[in-house]
Amino acid sequence: MTPRGPGSRPLRRLRVLRVPALLSAQHAPLAATVGVLIALFAACAIAFPGFLSPGVARNLLVGNAVLGLVCVGMTFVIISGGIDLSVGAAIGFSCILVASLVQQGWHPLPAFGVALAIGTAGGAATGALIHRFALPPFLVTLAGMFCYRGCALMVSERSITIRHPFHRTLSEWASGPVPPAVVLFVVVALAGWLVARWTRFGRDVYALGGGEESARLMGVRVAAVRVRVYAISGLCAALAGVATTLTTGAGNATSGHLYELDAIAAVVIGGTPLAGGAGSILGTVAGVLIFGLIQEAMPHAGVTNSWWFRIAVGGLLLAFVLLQRAVESRGRR
Amino acid sequence: MRDAARASLRAFGRAAPAAAAVGLLLAFNAAFTPGFFDLTTVEGRLAGSTVDVLNRGAVVVLLALGMAIVIATGGVDLSVGAVMAIAGATAATLAARHGVNAWSAIAAAVAVGAAAGSFNGALVAGAGVQPIVATLVLMVAGRGAAQLLTGGQIVTFNDPVLNFLDAGFIAGAPMPVLIAAAALALSLLLTRGTALGLFIEAAGDNERAARLAGVRVRAVKAAAYVLCGAAAAVAGLLAASDIRAADANNAGLYLELDAILAAVLGGTALRGGRFSLFGAALGALFIQGLTTTLYLHDVSPNATLVVKAAAVLAVCLAASERVRAWIKHRSRP
Repeated sequence: MTPRGPGSRPLRRLRVLRVPALLSAQHAPLAATVGVLIALFAACAIAFPGFLSPGVARNLLVGNAVLGLVCVGMTFVIISGGIDLSVGAAIGFSCILVASLVQQGWHPLPAFGVALAIGTAGGAATGALIHRFALPPFLVTLAGMFCYRGCALMVSERSITIRHPFHRTLSEWASGPVPPAVVLFVVVALAGWLVARWTRFGRDVYALGGGEESARLMGVRVAAVRVRVYAISGLCAALAGVATTLTTGAGNATSGHLYELDAIAAVVIGGTPLAGGAGSILGTVAGVLIFGLIQEAMPHAGVTNSWWFRIAVGGLLLAFVLLQRAVESRGRR
Repeated sequence: MRDAARASLRAFGRAAPAAAAVGLLLAFNAAFTPGFFDLTTVEGRLAGSTVDVLNRGAVVVLLALGMAIVIATGGVDLSVGAVMAIAGATAATLAARHGVNAWSAIAAAVAVGAAAGSFNGALVAGAGVQPIVATLVLMVAGRGAAQLLTGGQIVTFNDPVLNFLDAGFIAGAPMPVLIAAAALALSLLLTRGTALGLFIEAAGDNERAARLAGVRVRAVKAAAYVLCGAAAAVAGLLAASDIRAADANNAGLYLELDAILAAVLGGTALRGGRFSLFGAALGALFIQGLTTTLYLHDVSPNATLVVKAAAVLAVCLAASERVRAWIKHRSRP
């Protein structure tokens, strides 16, 4: 036990000295995630000849850029102590909206803008509802999920192919050296990491997840933080929808099916506990890559049945949850 | 004895919002849906819109009963949809592929559901993992396991006993309605006829206080998940019997959300501590009643999703203490 005193200088110096210990306790989940990622990659590289090819790395990124985009927003929500079940349906909605607007003669860019604006506004509204009336995020975002999916199917039940020269050019880049979805993912993940790690807003998000009452007492504007967190998640989901139109060249109302589940799983595997107050975007990126790596490794291992993938992800989730639990109870002791 | 009577009276009081919602729905149908209350007998079997609501609502009633008990202990079970798929796959593969007697197949399916529940219970009560994460593991992996059982195919069966579960009727009443009613009666007897209900509420309301008062909180929690898993298995059997097949991909998809919604609508507090099984059943019937009513009025199923979203929000707002306080504040001059 160290003596506590308001603003005592020696204490602060003491804390600096204890940084390594703090690092190891706080970052154990992140270290485990990165460790698993590296071990998994190494194992695949050794076991499967030809795994270390640019093609595989490319698949890894292209195949998971959309999920990764959603995960960045989801990480913010989960760190703040919430959850967002609406992201999968939001992908479907923004995806079909863009396709439908372009079909009606819009230029893709303003169509993207409309989709992103609606996603952000929807997220902000969700956050406002959750905060203003102290509603459970689980149920409010569930309503959001029903709403988005219903609206998406009302726009069009059938898939709409996007025929616009500008969009086609972007889509063709998807098979080129710099796929736009991957660029989007990398940029958003980097921005998310910077915001979470180095800005006041980022610290406020962690504080809110650590405990709403104490955050408020610390002077965090809880309402604004919560609204922004869900707005970010909505924006990321809308971006994921836009990215989906770029990779598939079409809009489909059922896109993003079960993505909310995959995103939560990837974020938890990435070392962010669902209890909130901890975690990192870097961990989430590692979680998404682990997710993709398992998917990529399965055909190499001769497993073509998709169900083993779900079972493997479930098993990994279980391992990480138990690990987090062990770290938690050790920290408490 | 008087305490028990008072407790069950209070439990009925909690169901008041759900009862009011069902009442409103019935009043709407009495006014605007011609023939909604007509009952006919087709080949000795009751038929009509009300019977249809009860019949189709049976699956969610079963899930909501288990879910209400789990939520009352301060938990949540996200895996019920996946458990439905596993139970259906178990019964169908045993009966159709291995020639197992239908009764044994049913028993095996329920046992598998209870086993899944005890897995969840062990994680939550034994390892102390947050319920939403603990049950996420099976939610992710469960469908994979179900597909593993069926070999990724839809396993069809034609067994008189298994078919009877959904299509059969006794004294004019369809089997699903009878099964759901029996489950409601049994669970009411179990929780309100014994002290178990009190233990569940104590464990969910204040775990520490309950433990100090001598309640075996861990055992109570684990038992709640086992009951929920078994109920989900029965629901899975009904769903499989309905289509005479086990569809591991789609059986019970998103029904965990309906079940949580029904339980909360029925007056079970999402943070635990109090529950109403009667209310949960009413909540489930409200959801089905809403769907059927909209269907009868030729509203597209997509718009139904949006109406459902509005209903979720309305229910949340009605249950929110902050909204009540606000209204009270407003109504005072």
